[in-house]
Amino acid sequence: MAKSKSRRPPRIGDAPVFRNTMIAVVLTLVALVIIAPLAVIGYEAFSRGIAYFGKTIANSDTRHAILMTALTALIAVPINTAFGVAAAWAITKFDFPGRRLLLIVIEIPFSVSPIVAGVAYLFVYGLQGLFGETLQSADIKILFALPGIVLASMFVTAPFVARELIPLMQAQGRDLEEAATSLGASGWRTFFFVTLPNIKWALLYGVILCNSRVMGEFGAVSVVSGNIRGQTNTLPLHIELLYHDYNAVGAFAAASILAALAVVTLIAKVALERRGAGRVRRPSLAGTAPDISETTP
Amino acid sequence: MKIRLDTVVKTFDTFRAVHGVSLDIESGELVALLGPSGSGKTTILRMVAGLEFPDGGAIYFGDENATDIEVRHRGVGFVFQHYALFPHMTVGENIAFGMKVSKTKRSGSEISERVAHLLRLVQLEGLEDRFPAQISGGQRQRVALARALAVDPKVLLLDEPFGALDANVRRDLRRWLRKIHDELGITTLFVTHDQAEALDLADRVVILDKGRIVQTGTPEEVCRAPASAFVMNFLGDANRLKVTVSDEKAQIHNVTFEAPDIADGPAELYFRPADVTWREDGHGIQATIARVIDRPDSRRVLALTVDGQSIEFDAAPEFPFRAETRGFVDIRRPRVYPA
Repeated sequence: MAKSKSRRPPRIGDAPVFRNTMIAVVLTLVALVIIAPLAVIGYEAFSRGIAYFGKTIANSDTRHAILMTALTALIAVPINTAFGVAAAWAITKFDFPGRRLLLIVIEIPFSVSPIVAGVAYLFVYGLQGLFGETLQSADIKILFALPGIVLASMFVTAPFVARELIPLMQAQGRDLEEAATSLGASGWRTFFFVTLPNIKWALLYGVILCNSRVMGEFGAVSVVSGNIRGQTNTLPLHIELLYHDYNAVGAFAAASILAALAVVTLIAKVALERRGAGRVRRPSLAGTAPDISETTP
Repeated sequence: MKIRLDTVVKTFDTFRAVHGVSLDIESGELVALLGPSGSGKTTILRMVAGLEFPDGGAIYFGDENATDIEVRHRGVGFVFQHYALFPHMTVGENIAFGMKVSKTKRSGSEISERVAHLLRLVQLEGLEDRFPAQISGGQRQRVALARALAVDPKVLLLDEPFGALDANVRRDLRRWLRKIHDELGITTLFVTHDQAEALDLADRVVILDKGRIVQTGTPEEVCRAPASAFVMNFLGDANRLKVTVSDEKAQIHNVTFEAPDIADGPAELYFRPADVTWREDGHGIQATIARVIDRPDSRRVLALTVDGQSIEFDAAPEFPFRAETRGFVDIRRPRVYPA
């Protein structure tokens, strides 16, 4: 029956013209919007040769910027991970007034422009701000220093981990925890031996996304860091500075580090999904528990 | 272990799920909590387990007041409706989990020995290294039971244990659970909305409606002497006819039935579809056949009384009459309840 008319597409919406046009449009857009700029970064960074590239990277200001970015990530990511797990746990396992509100509030950083967050921090911790004088008299420096950068980065990336975990933990319900507790397990044991193994891939995925966003954050950090070369400059800010200095090669070289970081993130993500996918067949309980693979899109 | 519930009350937000329920469960007894959804049966089970705490009343395990003991120290085995097996652990690891986290320390070899023993008990030898996703629903159910039994619970609690299974698997598992219970002699309480399951399995059935116990008794007692119209209806198909009682006699179309201890006035007459004989000799309630439905082992006849009340009854496959036939419905084992 299906072969009676050869010109008829095998399925609705599967006509060759439509299909080929669709694929062509998507591929062109990907090439223009994503591939081309990345290729330019790589090309420009090495346009004056490997030696010049190495010299640019070895520049003390650039090295310091890399260090600042790494340090920020090292502080902000673990804190946000802990926050994300706690928030997801609270929202999915407990009933309390304001639960829905919390769900919305957690998502705010996604919809607010990062620069708004930066300015807000300026108002809270700045000299003319809410706690400005208290902080100054106590000689605590938050703005134009590492704490401000970390805080701004944390604000921007607060939802990442929680958002990966909430749908999964909601689907899993409380049965597993109740079962573990009824068998005599303590709260910590239940978390580490029952809850965590079932959310670990989603958690890692959230952490990786959070990390790459922390390292790449520009808007909020640019307001609170003060852009002091060799002191409070993070890598993204440093790239902008180099560019304004008409040091295009330097800017591209520094940018290539961030791009390389993105590639590493991507590889880690794919590897993780593959590893996760390998084990997904074990955890999924058809019909009763959700398939874990749904959480690592 | 004897369990006693003393006027236990539980309210969720504004909804009162359990109204002052008192219940005694003897040591080694197998008791079913039977009721429609929303009757509070699962809430009662979860309170006995310690997964919920009552707002009022007390729960005793033996002589000990267990009301405020946390679930992890209460020593109950709980089998969840959807089994709640740990998906990242093998069948063997699932069963061993309770022993590994237990305060009573067991050596590794002791644990694996007990796992093997429990696997034999639930007839799942050889499946130890499978993951829950790799076994059937009935097998998962048995793993969940083995896991609950592994911690030597004082009481075994099962929430709709066969709810998610096929009819055939269900019946086999039911008989099998009864056998296990008889072997182990552990006090067992299970929740079900399926009367057949409760009657098939339990020593005693507790029937609940809207957070209250409406009848407690052996399957025989509740089947032969339903305490109320609700129980009569809930336990199986039942016909209901409006009757008038005067002087402890219920009357409908010149037919009278005994109605002891029923106040004068309107009441309801209940009877099972199997307790009817179709007669042509004027003995019984006058009716007209409306429809005849064929079933593999019988015929179900739908009839209407003179005043339009419907009656359903079972007849032999050879039942010769068809629609529009007039005759009389002779009722055995009638029960009259206040309207």
